[in-house]
Amino acid sequence: MAERAGCEASRHDRLVEALAGGLKPIRPLPAPGVRAALWLGVALLAGLFLVAEVGATGFLLRMHVPDLALEAIGAVLTAVAAAYAAFATSVPGRSDRWALLPLPPFALWIGASGLGCLREWIAPGADIPGAHTITGCFSFLICVSVPLSALIVIMLRRACPLRPNLTAALGGLAVSAAAAALLMPVHPHDATATDLLMHAAAVAIIIAANGLAGGRLLAPSARADSDPV
Amino acid sequence: MILAVPAGCGWSLAPGSEAGQDAARAGGRNGGGARMVLEEELAGLMASAQRGDAAAYRALLKACLPVVSAIARAQGVRGEAVDDVVQDTLMTVHRARASYDPARPFMPWLRAITQRRAIDRLRRAGRRPREVNDPLAYEAEVDPGPAPGQGLEARDRAASLARAVASLPEGQRQAVEHLGLRELSLEEAAALTGRSKGALKVNLHRALKALRTSLTREAE
Repeated sequence: MAERAGCEASRHDRLVEALAGGLKPIRPLPAPGVRAALWLGVALLAGLFLVAEVGATGFLLRMHVPDLALEAIGAVLTAVAAAYAAFATSVPGRSDRWALLPLPPFALWIGASGLGCLREWIAPGADIPGAHTITGCFSFLICVSVPLSALIVIMLRRACPLRPNLTAALGGLAVSAAAAALLMPVHPHDATATDLLMHAAAVAIIIAANGLAGGRLLAPSARADSDPV
Repeated sequence: MILAVPAGCGWSLAPGSEAGQDAARAGGRNGGGARMVLEEELAGLMASAQRGDAAAYRALLKACLPVVSAIARAQGVRGEAVDDVVQDTLMTVHRARASYDPARPFMPWLRAITQRRAIDRLRRAGRRPREVNDPLAYEAEVDPGPAPGQGLEARDRAASLARAVASLPEGQRQAVEHLGLRELSLEEAAALTGRSKGALKVNLHRALKALRTSLTREAE
């Protein structure tokens, strides 16, 4: 027994020596809020570029419609809260309860989007987008999400997500909300049931893809160790 | 230099000792002054390690060993699996050291990593259930521990080898110790002993021949 204890002690000592021997200076990661702000800054730059391209007149006009404005605010707040929650849960020792932070804005976003469906009944003559436009929106959401997802996965991997699936799903929610917010300046129509369904499908695909791929990418076993141990 | 501290603050505690468990609980509730000191010292060592101070990092990891063991046991990990959790945790601490914020307490960071690694280990163990209701399966279960007497044999072998090496002439003994046992290079051994590389090679050759003869004779 004593021999086994001695053997384990030397096993631990060997590991400690190996880890300390190959130690390199490392810069502590910025706080989760700063990292979330950096990622959101990139999304904001993309949004400003889009507004500069298509013009803000139509977008500002649509923002006078209460449910569209609420939907935009909900999407932006969801992106901010989910990004912060993703970066907070990627740091060991931070509470997992941060994962609840995006739920209220997420409810606002989904609720306001649902209001758009009612408009079709209230105002039957509203501008209803055709199948071609909806497919374009769907492609836009997916195309914007891929680079944003890649960026957030790279940034999250620099920390140590102990619950990789939770962190990845939060990252996916942040990406889908940001993509939906970025769509608003270029979205030429009011929301309809079909439109909402397509958006919901795109959002679900983005969150699920991030949860599956990101969960594996962020899992400790899948991460390449840069330092020999 | 912070390294002077460990001797005084009870870091080199035996696994499972009361103070080690106390350290494991540190940060979980409002503790006394000693726990605060330990917390601050560990945070200081980690900050030094992030700047590349290998000695501080070594001291930190050694100080963490009893704490990690205590947390793993508190999670329900038992036996040899505790040491596996310690190894997994040290590796994760190393990989995640950039994620530690020196302005925040160290213990919650360490505890979160250890608890997660302990849960991973328990889950893996849970996926390999041991059959205890089937008598044949229970009989066929391999005991992962060492066979009875295995330690004694190893100790005897080590003792007879040590005797045989000690009985060699000085030059041959040095060659075996430096080249054979410590696995130094010829250059390093030559620098240490002051002998030429050629002399060391000859001495090693003769020593191995002599050892082979004496150990074979002993075995017969």
